[in-house]
Amino acid sequence: MALTSTTLPSAGPVTGSRSFVSRLRDGDEIARLVTFLFAASVVLITLLLVFELWQASPLPRHKFGFAFFRTSVWDPIFDQFGALPFIYGTLVTSSVALVIAVPLGLGAAIFLAELAPPKLSDTLEFFIDLLAAVPSVIYGLLGVFIVVPLMRQYVQPGLKSAFGFLPLFQGPAYGIGFLTAGVVLAIMVIPYIISVSREVLLAVPRDQREAALSLGSTRWESTAKVVVPFARVGILGSIFLALARALGETMAVTMVIGNTPIISASLFSPGYSIAAVIANEFTEATGDLYLQSLIELGLVLFLLTFVLNGLARLLILVTSQRGSARGAA
Amino acid sequence: MKRIATILLWLLGLAPFTHAQGTLSINGAGATFPYPMYSKWFDEYHKQNPNLQINYQSIGSGGGIKQVTEGTVDFGASDGPMNDDQLKAYQDKHGFGILHFPTVLGAVVPTYNIPGVDASLKFTPEALAAIYLGKVTKWNDPLIAGPNKGVNLPATDIVVTHRADGSGTTYIWTDYLCKVSDEWKNKVGKGTSVNWPVGLGGKGNEGVTGTVKNTPNSIGYVELIYAQSNGIPFGEVKNSSGVFVKASLAGATAAASGAAKEMPDDFRVSITNAPGKTAYPISSFTWLLIPTKFSDAAKRDAMKGFVAWMLAEGQNYTEALAYARLPKEVVAKEKKALANVQ
Amino acid sequence: MNARLRWRKFVSGLMLTATGVCALVAVSVLFFILGYLVFHGGTSVSWNFFTKLPAPVGETGGGMANAIVGSAKLLLIATLFGVPIGFFGAVYLAEFSGSAMAFVVRYAADLLNGVPSIVIGIFAYGLVVLPFKHFSTLAGGFALGLMMIPITLRSTEEFLRAVPNSLREGSMALGASKWRAIAGVIVPAAYRGILTAVLLAVARVAGETAPLLFTAFGNRFWSHGWSEPTASLPVVIFTYAISPYEDWHRQAWAAGLVLLVLILVVNIVARTVLARGFTVSRS
Repeated sequence: MALTSTTLPSAGPVTGSRSFVSRLRDGDEIARLVTFLFAASVVLITLLLVFELWQASPLPRHKFGFAFFRTSVWDPIFDQFGALPFIYGTLVTSSVALVIAVPLGLGAAIFLAELAPPKLSDTLEFFIDLLAAVPSVIYGLLGVFIVVPLMRQYVQPGLKSAFGFLPLFQGPAYGIGFLTAGVVLAIMVIPYIISVSREVLLAVPRDQREAALSLGSTRWESTAKVVVPFARVGILGSIFLALARALGETMAVTMVIGNTPIISASLFSPGYSIAAVIANEFTEATGDLYLQSLIELGLVLFLLTFVLNGLARLLILVTSQRGSARGAA
Repeated sequence: MKRIATILLWLLGLAPFTHAQGTLSINGAGATFPYPMYSKWFDEYHKQNPNLQINYQSIGSGGGIKQVTEGTVDFGASDGPMNDDQLKAYQDKHGFGILHFPTVLGAVVPTYNIPGVDASLKFTPEALAAIYLGKVTKWNDPLIAGPNKGVNLPATDIVVTHRADGSGTTYIWTDYLCKVSDEWKNKVGKGTSVNWPVGLGGKGNEGVTGTVKNTPNSIGYVELIYAQSNGIPFGEVKNSSGVFVKASLAGATAAASGAAKEMPDDFRVSITNAPGKTAYPISSFTWLLIPTKFSDAAKRDAMKGFVAWMLAEGQNYTEALAYARLPKEVVAKEKKALANVQ
Repeated sequence: MNARLRWRKFVSGLMLTATGVCALVAVSVLFFILGYLVFHGGTSVSWNFFTKLPAPVGETGGGMANAIVGSAKLLLIATLFGVPIGFFGAVYLAEFSGSAMAFVVRYAADLLNGVPSIVIGIFAYGLVVLPFKHFSTLAGGFALGLMMIPITLRSTEEFLRAVPNSLREGSMALGASKWRAIAGVIVPAAYRGILTAVLLAVARVAGETAPLLFTAFGNRFWSHGWSEPTASLPVVIFTYAISPYEDWHRQAWAAGLVLLVLILVVNIVARTVLARGFTVSRS
């Protein structure tokens, strides 16, 4: 069986410890050091960012403490700030976006990797990658001009009549709201899922597919039960990319979400997200507590991302099988 | 690898253009509302003074105040005057003060979309406050229907919209509501962002216009030019003299005239609900924020030259872009104040 | 053929058709967006658009030449800053690191990826603009580069990992030292994927507005060198789109179209000029 580790041993005699100098003369140690520095700089940048945000927001921590997470009031005039509606909105819109984008994106990636002839696959991929280049402002405008009327006139009433008994689909259909924001976000994150998933699916060794087919599975079975699980880690990586994009999107979301800090079970309701409120109010925020509360919201988003990533990784760990794709997430 | 390197070097060599000698560049930041006007002015002034480039970017009134205080731009612009704390912060940081110069006037209008109603509705201050407080929820409420006899208002729920982003337009609107409604003043207050009792938030004047246009039975507040260029109906507002005035450039200028008598020397004044029969009650100045001292004499002269030009020839460009010009009294006062910039 | 097999074959056909539909949906969205931009902005794209500076409202004949060049400059700096960090970091994760460090770096990259673009802008403002007291192209490029790092890192790492171990073992067997194996065999094998990763990252930041508002700022005129404020397509789109003028709206759509086409061109150029003779795609 192939080695399960991807790290190569250093070239040179595999005896006991060699002197640092002799290891240094080996290009490998330098390569290791240099690449380590680059990797470490990523961590350092992230830590610096968190540090800067922390340093820039002492007042709300001092005044509200943990109540910041529980309160729903956002009042810049009377200096009352609470993060709960924004946390809720961020979670809801990102969830809707992933629920739509992951099956669609994965399906498209499977088609491009398994079924489409190479030239067609490359050409289509080429165009799908362009979706990532559309400015978020344009996504917002298209959301306003196309998605919102569609939602208001057809989709939302349709959902209401079919599933209106669920609290998810109740309330007046304005067209803007959680659902619309989720749909727009889904379109924005789909290229990341398709692009990365397709590449990792393509990289699955042919013998895996052939083994499955030779055992009598249909094309779909070999794809769903062998190829996709083999590429599972890479696909999950693409979902992380998509999730992060959805959590941090500002422009497009703020144009279609309704910008109302309320918590509602209905997807038709207008809402607000952390990134949207920071983008909307930061340039005009005057007053230290106000400004610092916005910055603290940025920190809250960091925490949210941290927790969500942690949960997802836990999920991967728990469902991990032996002998499948290598590497931890 | 070599191919990549050559391409990169070629791009790097090409990209920075040679610095044009003798050009003076000045940067300014601030309000979005007057951006079209300022860009027209700075372009015209550049045509007349080719060696001077004044670059203005609209990052928001708050952004303008912050950046001019930080010193990253040479001047600022704001739809709402700097308050005392901000002035003090500027003074503390720089050791000298900053002056406000009104440039043009804007008007904020209540726009609505009621299926079947084409007429221009008349709004009393009480009605507007009650709608935005969430106390009046239906279009056929007596507060709205009262001054609009003869208009068939439906019994539908009002969909209130407001600005989501911090904005000078919100400042003007809430400033007006504070003056006409004690309950608004105590419950909500005035500012570029407030805790709205009801309503959906649209992003930018465009966002509110779009939401109102597409949502039946809605009401919103936008700058006059947005209502005009989008062809959406907007209502008349009762001014402090009891006359229902439809927003217009003349009405805004009249409001400023009315307020000119009481105008403080630093021009930081609110002209909402101004006296005068023809005054439109929801009008406002927008200001340039110019430091009293410039370390660079060339920049100082350039700024002073521009402001003088703006007060004279510049005012002739305002109406074509749907901005109201400054009244004569204010112009005269500003010309005198210009001497304070050293 | 028994019933069970017929059913399985049917499901297979159905699901595979469904994937085709998914791909169709994704591609249609893109073409729809392109079509919409062409329809609304196409008339504003002219020679003037590419060569002239912006004209004030009401005057025709203006263009966005400074914004196009500005965006190009910003993307250049962003790529020079963000791609090496992402790439070499990915090499470390895929080839050298132990699982603890890899976990931490990946986590940090995912966190960085989730930061709202406006917060990145604020961060870059505090680091690069405030100390020097002026806005600059460098600051804007720095902010965009920060956003490129996580995408480049995570994607490149996935593609490096996807290179089969047989190649690594093969180079080992031939006596190559590790870094030679990486540089000479593994990276070239993952080349196409890495290029995809970089282009995806460039596409991502090409359309960002918020981080530029406080760093590159904006400029109605030409920006000289690297330390002056510069115009950029996304900021101009934003400024024009929120204005009340129909003419400016059309120009905003046109700018969106031009931006998309420019990224398309960059993609094409990169893939053809920098492409290798072979691709190790389906192994």
